[in-house]
Amino acid sequence: MPLLSVHDLRTHFHTRNGIYRAVDGVSFSIERGETLGIVGESGSGKSVTCYSIMGLIPQPPGRIVSGTAMFDGVDLLHCSPAEARAIRGKRVAMIFQDPMTSLNPYLRISEQLIEPLLIHEKISRRDALSRALAMLDAVGINDAAKRIHYYPHEFSGGMRQRVMIAMALITKPEVLIADEPTTALDVTVQAQILELIKKMQRELGMAVVFITHDLGVVSGLCDRVQVMYAGRIVETADTRTLFHAPRHPYTRALQRSIPALQSKGVELYTIPGLPPDVSKTIPGCAFAPRCEFASARCTGGVPELTALSPTHSHACLRVQAGEI
Amino acid sequence: MSDTILQLTDVKTHFPITQGFLLKRHIGTVKAVDGVNLTVRRGEVLGLVGESGCGKSTLARTILQLVPTTGGTVVLNGRNLADSSARELLAARRDLQMVFQDPYASLNPRMTVFATLAEPLFVHGVCPPAEVPARVAELMRVVGLAPRFMQKYPHEFSGGQRQRIAIARALALEPKVIVADEPVSALDVSIQAQILNLLAQLTKQMNLTLIFIAHDLSVVKHISDRIAVMYLGKIVELGLAADVIDRPRHPYTRALVSAIPTPNPDIERNRQRIVLAGDPPSPINPPSGCAFHPRCAYARAECRNAVPPLVADSPDREVACVRLSEIS
Ligand SMILES: Nc1ncnc2c1ncn2[C@@H]1O[C@H](COP(=O)(O)OP(=O)(O)OP(=O)(O)O)[C@@H](O)[C@H]1O
Ligand SMILES: Nc1ncnc2c1ncn2[C@@H]1O[C@H](COP(=O)(O)OP(=O)(O)OP(=O)(O)O)[C@@H](O)[C@H]1O
Ligand SMILES: [Mg+2]
Ligand SMILES: [Mg+2]
Repeated sequence: MPLLSVHDLRTHFHTRNGIYRAVDGVSFSIERGETLGIVGESGSGKSVTCYSIMGLIPQPPGRIVSGTAMFDGVDLLHCSPAEARAIRGKRVAMIFQDPMTSLNPYLRISEQLIEPLLIHEKISRRDALSRALAMLDAVGINDAAKRIHYYPHEFSGGMRQRVMIAMALITKPEVLIADEPTTALDVTVQAQILELIKKMQRELGMAVVFITHDLGVVSGLCDRVQVMYAGRIVETADTRTLFHAPRHPYTRALQRSIPALQSKGVELYTIPGLPPDVSKTIPGCAFAPRCEFASARCTGGVPELTALSPTHSHACLRVQAGEI
Repeated sequence: MSDTILQLTDVKTHFPITQGFLLKRHIGTVKAVDGVNLTVRRGEVLGLVGESGCGKSTLARTILQLVPTTGGTVVLNGRNLADSSARELLAARRDLQMVFQDPYASLNPRMTVFATLAEPLFVHGVCPPAEVPARVAELMRVVGLAPRFMQKYPHEFSGGQRQRIAIARALALEPKVIVADEPVSALDVSIQAQILNLLAQLTKQMNLTLIFIAHDLSVVKHISDRIAVMYLGKIVELGLAADVIDRPRHPYTRALVSAIPTPNPDIERNRQRIVLAGDPPSPINPPSGCAFHPRCAYARAECRNAVPPLVADSPDREVACVRLSEIS
């Protein structure tokens, strides 16, 4: 049985400009010890998917219209507040994309780090502080004993991000949801953090959901990858298959845009057209207006995620019909 | 030299560390930027890379005089910014703009795109008030945003669009130099590519000079003419972009380059990294001599004694390592 299983999640935002279908029918599951990568367009609903699981959607304007998220027999989207509190922040923890808005600027780092421990564990302040120090050390912040008393603005961007990582790992969670946790880190510190996550995964059997734009990181870290576009999953496969035999045209276009694979001095490949407006109902495939393979078939109906093999599914009608 | 636009000489920016709430005791100093010498050429793209916390953002803020400088001079177009009056500084700011590391925090959430872009135009009296709307529309077109979005607020845009607004704001005064601090880190690769193309095109068309800070070395290599590598407040290597990444010389640069992740699972899982021994150094108690020596595989006793100067290794390369000739 999967450790966490999300089924048909739909999260919409009601704004004065209409209803934004930020997440519109997302299903996936993850096993103990597994790492699932989520990649995709900026604005495709990756963060909103995670916020929904963590109960962090501002309501209003947000609304979880449908779906379940089962963790250890509990549906996180419909359980009692008490049940949710016992799980979120302790057994299921999240590293946020944007450290400056999720750290409290008026509280010293020490206070913010020990807070989850004081809430979830019977532990003295003193012991909590020493766990916090050890965790700061583990994420590579030296002089931790001095710096633990800093305020967030006294840290560099990458150090703030590591504080967030320490905060999520300090309760030894069973599921770690990491939303672009290493974007502000240089590659050597990033490698160190990824090693730390892998180590905790080996020791605790932690499952990791890892959102990133860096396809290099995905290829080294993730067992499986799912690709999102306009609030839906358009392709999912084991990592090797996704890199070597991507089927959905969006996945292929994304791969073509990687700067590392293009030569210096020439203009970089970019996907033509604009991201879809998810406040309008899109007839058919949301990627069709930007897709070089689109045909009349593509605007007919919304393509469903269809299995090509037990580990590989995609949502392209033309590939499913064997036309491309 | 006539083609120098920005000259940094022995620039130092230190922060005091204090303890105590009411009676602040001084308990140490963070030497965030500690003796940077750098000549930036007109029209070039200079990439700035280095370990998290090594002082890149502080150097950027020092160039813009957004933090008090501890020592050294920042000379823009022949004028020393460090001892300019407030009025002269306001004038210099027209020539010098910054795109900040955090696209979420750097735009005012209560200002529409129009207000955001019109503000600098009014403050600096760039054009007659009646022409401001046309000028804002023009700026939006330059960065690839439809002018019909003018009355929208930042939260109504995606990350990539917000970053374009920040770039448009930096361009509003037609600056000569832009310092961009991790402008693409938060964006998907396709939008990243759009912004990089835009910046490359603007540097060519407007003869703009760009200082580009980023962690993604393939991005930095792609956009930059030259790359400067920082380690603990100092520049340790400087050279032509592709050359620095393809043939790194300083031991720190070598470790950095060896850690670049490749978008290929087969290679990525079987690769050899130079794993840096020890912790990143502390800018509060920096190691003596070469700051990298405690983690350097090539370190000798001599590395502990004196800070190695940045010296020319070949016509286009400067490296700060005393053992260079022995280790390559
Ligand atoms: N509070 C909100 N009000 C209105 N719309 C929102 C709100 N929060 C998110 N959205 C919308 O939901 C969509 C999905 O956003 P989300 O943050 O999940 O994207 P993402 O895939 O994480 O993108 P990125 O890679 O840029 O982080 C976006 O179009 C965004 O504008
Ligand atoms: N206002 C401040 N007060 C005290 N220390 C500071 C302050 N601002 C920065 N520092 C310290 O200066 C050092 C350099 O920080 P800076 O933000 O310049 O690093 P950076 O190279 O931009 O790192 P990153 O890649 O993580 O953004 C860090 O050790 C940081 O803690
Ligand atoms: Mg996000
Ligand atoms: Mg920085």
